[in-house]
Amino acid sequence: MAAYDVERGDAIHPGKPVTVDRYTVAARINHWITATSLVLLAISGLSMFHPSLFFLSGLFGGGAWTRFLHPWIGVLLFFSFAGLFIRFWKANLWKREDGTWLARVRDVLAAHEENLPEVGKYNAGQKFVFWAMSILIVILISSGLVIWEEYFSAYATIGQQRAAILIHSIAAVAIIGVWIIHVYAAIWVRGTIGAMTRGRVTGGWAWRHHRKWLRELVAMKSGQGSGSKPAE
Amino acid sequence: MFPPLPNPSTTEMAPRFSDKDLVRRSASSVPEPEQRLTEVAKLIDVSKCIGCKACQTACIEWNDTHPEVGFNAGIYENPLDLTPDMFTLMRFSEWDNPETGNLEWLIRKDGCMHCEDPGCLKACPAPGAIVQYSNGIVDFVHENCIGCGYCIKGCPFNIPRISRVDHTAYKCTLCSDRVAVGQGPACAKACPTQAIVFGTKDEMKDWAGKRIEDLKSRGYTNAGLYDPPGVGGTHVMYVLHHADQPELYSELPKDPRISPLVDVWKGITKYAGLTVLGVAAGVGLLHHLIMGPNRVSETDEERAEELTEGDRHGRL
Repeated sequence: MAAYDVERGDAIHPGKPVTVDRYTVAARINHWITATSLVLLAISGLSMFHPSLFFLSGLFGGGAWTRFLHPWIGVLLFFSFAGLFIRFWKANLWKREDGTWLARVRDVLAAHEENLPEVGKYNAGQKFVFWAMSILIVILISSGLVIWEEYFSAYATIGQQRAAILIHSIAAVAIIGVWIIHVYAAIWVRGTIGAMTRGRVTGGWAWRHHRKWLRELVAMKSGQGSGSKPAE
Repeated sequence: MFPPLPNPSTTEMAPRFSDKDLVRRSASSVPEPEQRLTEVAKLIDVSKCIGCKACQTACIEWNDTHPEVGFNAGIYENPLDLTPDMFTLMRFSEWDNPETGNLEWLIRKDGCMHCEDPGCLKACPAPGAIVQYSNGIVDFVHENCIGCGYCIKGCPFNIPRISRVDHTAYKCTLCSDRVAVGQGPACAKACPTQAIVFGTKDEMKDWAGKRIEDLKSRGYTNAGLYDPPGVGGTHVMYVLHHADQPELYSELPKDPRISPLVDVWKGITKYAGLTVLGVAAGVGLLHHLIMGPNRVSETDEERAEELTEGDRHGRL
């Protein structure tokens, strides 16, 4: 059967409890490079954004080091996130049930999973985070290049640079907001963080939060099993 | 003739102003100074300038900068623009006056205007990298500068330049080190025609008034003082023979002010941004306190096991 939104490496392992492989080693490394870059960018960026946070530049060796490092970390993040985008975009395409899920966001926040439609590998909230990050990163890298004094100051007028820095700071606030949602959701919904550390979640987690994905994995496994090997 | 400042005495003297006279300090605050210094100003009388570039030379000499040896690009400007090593630049423009049919050679000494409301200082993220003294001088403090170039975006006159050598911003200091010991700026000292004079701001306005009166009597009916109110006035002012059209003088802005983009960036965005993030984090914390963690139940695990078991027995 055609994969609904199962990604390469996703698999279930029967047992007590059932475990489900959610992220490959490569995807996890890719994620944590991106995550580290994003955190470093937020800290260095905030230190240049508000005087009360300038002390954060001390973590990078002072203001001049912060000014020097911030854009390079941005380049790293851009390419690292591009890797995540290629891995995850397909499973993050908008599906019909996502609208229903989003419409019942009150039930989401109240943890009334029973009122929510069954969703695939990602729910509408995760898809929102994915697409918001994607769009904001494109905005941030392009506006960031315009204000990268050392290499690109000659290629834009001062008026363009003023607009770019305003866009850059607004987009940065937005992406830190999205990051807060992302991190909070991972903490609140227990059992989630293991997906990005050990690469696995329990069957119960998948049943509770991504039932369509779990059903599909089961279906694929049984289809595969009956086709390739004889019954025990 | 405006009475020139006397030569310095040979005895050592204490600087007349210091950090205790700061009225603004970038990305930080300063206490209100106990007493305010008299505001100073440099007056550049464009109508008296002969374009000799003695001011540029004096500036290089006093500030000990080492601009690259220039080349002739076919125009009079040399170098072609302000640089981290050239804090002041004679800009030449030719204007065909439609009223008189005369070709006028308009020469303007470009450089920092020392705004009363400095856009560079407003934009600067590094504490103490840009300071303003109560006498009106806006100065860059290089050991605090991080080289981000925000001052360039803040400046309505396109003045600061970032050095590719030490990655800090440079501009005219109004010779704050000379003014501190009772001298005028090096450019004013060197000017052979008194097109540049230096004194208190009030003196300069009075002197400009006399010059404007003289220019008007010679047929320059639109002669006037350039002391743009959009930036709170400046501590470098021009006497222009066509004050109604300052843009004739190599694009001197008619009504300069800090760009609204910079105002929004350094105003509402800064405060609203941090507030939004603080609220987002707070809402998350509150939600967790009220709701408690969203845990996977035993039933969920059992259901998952049933589902996979079903798989083992060929059921779905």
